[in-house]
Amino acid sequence: MSKRLLHFLLPAAAGVIFILAWYALRFSMNEEMQFLLPTPGEILASFRENGDSLARAALNTTEGALLGFGGAIVVSAGLALLLSLSSLIRISLYPYLMLLQMIPVIIFAPILILWVGPGLKSVVVITFLICFFPLVVNTTQGLISTDRNSVELFRMYRANRLQEIFLLRAPAALPYFFTGLRIAAVLAPIGALVGDYTAGSSAGDGGGLGFQAIIYSSQAKYPALFATAAVTCLLGFVFVGVVVSLSWLALHHWHDSYERSDT
Amino acid sequence: MAATPLVELHDVTKRYGAGPLVLDRVSLAASPGDFISLIGPSGCGKSTLLRLIAGLSPASGGTLQLDGRTPEQAAAELAFVFQEPTLLPWLTVAGNVALPQQLRGLPPAGRAATSRRVLELVRLGDRSAAYPRQLSGGQKMRVSIARALSLSPKILLLDEPFGALDEMTREHLNEELLAIRQQQAWTAFFVTHSVAEAVFLSNRIVVMAPSPGRVHTEVAVPFAYPRTAATRLSREYHDLVAEVSRILRSVESTDA
Repeated sequence: MSKRLLHFLLPAAAGVIFILAWYALRFSMNEEMQFLLPTPGEILASFRENGDSLARAALNTTEGALLGFGGAIVVSAGLALLLSLSSLIRISLYPYLMLLQMIPVIIFAPILILWVGPGLKSVVVITFLICFFPLVVNTTQGLISTDRNSVELFRMYRANRLQEIFLLRAPAALPYFFTGLRIAAVLAPIGALVGDYTAGSSAGDGGGLGFQAIIYSSQAKYPALFATAAVTCLLGFVFVGVVVSLSWLALHHWHDSYERSDT
Repeated sequence: MAATPLVELHDVTKRYGAGPLVLDRVSLAASPGDFISLIGPSGCGKSTLLRLIAGLSPASGGTLQLDGRTPEQAAAELAFVFQEPTLLPWLTVAGNVALPQQLRGLPPAGRAATSRRVLELVRLGDRSAAYPRQLSGGQKMRVSIARALSLSPKILLLDEPFGALDEMTREHLNEELLAIRQQQAWTAFFVTHSVAEAVFLSNRIVVMAPSPGRVHTEVAVPFAYPRTAATRLSREYHDLVAEVSRILRSVESTDA
């Protein structure tokens, strides 16, 4: 019980110390340099000041991140299934998957803008590209790592190919899939942000957080930049939080990583 | 015993690819109701033999017939109990036991009833909602046996199912297995390393010799069923265990 209290108190105490140190650093600076490090209070104030534009930008980025992330999940699941069918297919396609992962977003962005135009579409494609690789690699690994005895059990009972995939390989691959999903969930908001920064557009609803960051920095609104960073962090926490919860729902009954221990 | 053999092997050989001979002209016939233990040193091909009968691996030569058919055709009559419990960790005990019926496309209502019945048989009726990780090693093995019995097989193939368990648990499960057999008439092939287990369970013990794997001797176990814990205390039981151990040692030493 006291241990649980500590788990709550210690991070809270560390946070307070961190904020105190922040203020101490800020007020130890030369007055003309203090604009470089706004205080938490100033950042909060800029939240109020730029609330509307930040919220709109956050929504746009969330939309881009969700669409790219979702697309990556669907396509990677399908491709992983294909790759799991034969090692020949894997050998043939892996180099190109690697290549896809190596594409430098900053160079690809202008090309993408030519292809699909700036704004949401480009953001979605860039997010997709960034999330795709860890998902497809982990899921494929999961699909081909099925326990040999279990495969023989299915053969013994003359299971057909679909039964083997959906009743054995897919559930066995779930822990691997969620490992990939966690990595992708961290990457999705970052991908959307970078996509927006390099290929965003103010057209329509306006840009996302990346685009907003360009505007704030051109206006020298430094507290607002810090606020934008905080919103991005929050978005990342939400993505990861949802995935961690889904993973718990799917695995905690049976998977060893959720083995209950009373410590 | 004039019964026609249920399982008949004639000069069965096996080699993997261009490798050495794993099984050399094995001939064996099992009548309905036989409980045959396959025993022998590592590398004598006893597990391979079991896999051939199961149809998990094809024979390289000779003929192998189950009820006059190939193992593939007779798949519905067969059940296999692996060395590991091989339970699917994401399914409950009931889900695991129902799996063979599910794979065969039987209706869910009947599946549940059958699963309940076989779980009662292995005395795990109260654990049907548990997940495998909540069970002890012995309980997992009992679930694995219940699963194998769920399709009422004619032929039960067991590959060292109790090898990883402690002595006490093993003896209990041996007794349970025989008790279940009193109620269900299946024919068993049982691979084991334990002479005591082989003598306790079977009516026939096939001692195999290695490199290449072949049948060395067959020993008949004359004790009547039902056998109980008391059987293990009898003089005859101990004598036969000693006798089979002696044969086994002679097989092993020729291989040194």
